[in-house]
Amino acid sequence: MSNKFFINCDEATAICDKSQYKEATFWEKVKLTYHLFICKKCGTYSKQNTVVTKVCNKHLHKCETNHQFSEQEKTELQENISKEIE
Amino acid sequence: MSEKPLHKLDPNNWAQKHADYLFNYTITRVNNEDLAKDIVQETFFSGLKAQHNYRGQASERTWLISILKRKVIDYYRKINSKKGKAEVKMDFYEDGERKGSWIEERAPSSWGNEAEMDIENEELKSAIDRCVDFLPEKYRMVFLLKTVQNYETEEICNELGITASNLWVIIHRARHQLRKCLEENWFAK
Repeated sequence: MSNKFFINCDEATAICDKSQYKEATFWEKVKLTYHLFICKKCGTYSKQNTVVTKVCNKHLHKCETNHQFSEQEKTELQENISKEIE
Repeated sequence: MSEKPLHKLDPNNWAQKHADYLFNYTITRVNNEDLAKDIVQETFFSGLKAQHNYRGQASERTWLISILKRKVIDYYRKINSKKGKAEVKMDFYEDGERKGSWIEERAPSSWGNEAEMDIENEELKSAIDRCVDFLPEKYRMVFLLKTVQNYETEEICNELGITASNLWVIIHRARHQLRKCLEENWFAK
């Protein structure tokens, strides 16, 4: 992103999205803060984006890592593999 | 030149030894059990075909995972076809005097009290789950890897063969859609 201080809404939302993942730089955040001060729509986007982040952090969880093939599926899978070996 | 092989392939025990591990790796990416199982099986088949390339330096499992990663990329490319590639965010004017400003009807409208939303509510979980399900698969995969699995941007880009700017456009579209979906199904109710 360029060095200019005045950014448009497209750029502002991009910084806002990045900052949800703590990937916005200090300078980007400065520009965003100023933009939010003068732009109501982005202000709304930013507030709601933060809510989306909170909802996701609270309610979306890592997939269980204990998915398993059933024994029967494994047997079938192994048979399919073995067929290919010959 | 040839190094001494440290490991050997044992395809006769692949299902027992590696199927579940590969399954779990796949499910965090494709989010669909049947599809994940198919991809695991294809990985084993490709592994068999590529057996002669195995030098025995990496463990059998590491080698299979490297094949699986290709399969996931192939799958992602298929759903993220050129036609629907996310290159622009679609919420902003692309040129002219208002370039980069919100397109009026796509701009968010206020919910009134964003700051004090009750997000603890357990029923909100099913609302957000449904909203995530509504996301197009190609957005969902990137969004979940980034948001839930906490992958680094670079890792996702490498894994799926997309650029960082492409990733942020996808993230924007996903988040904007979720925002809208929560608005309609929850906050504005």
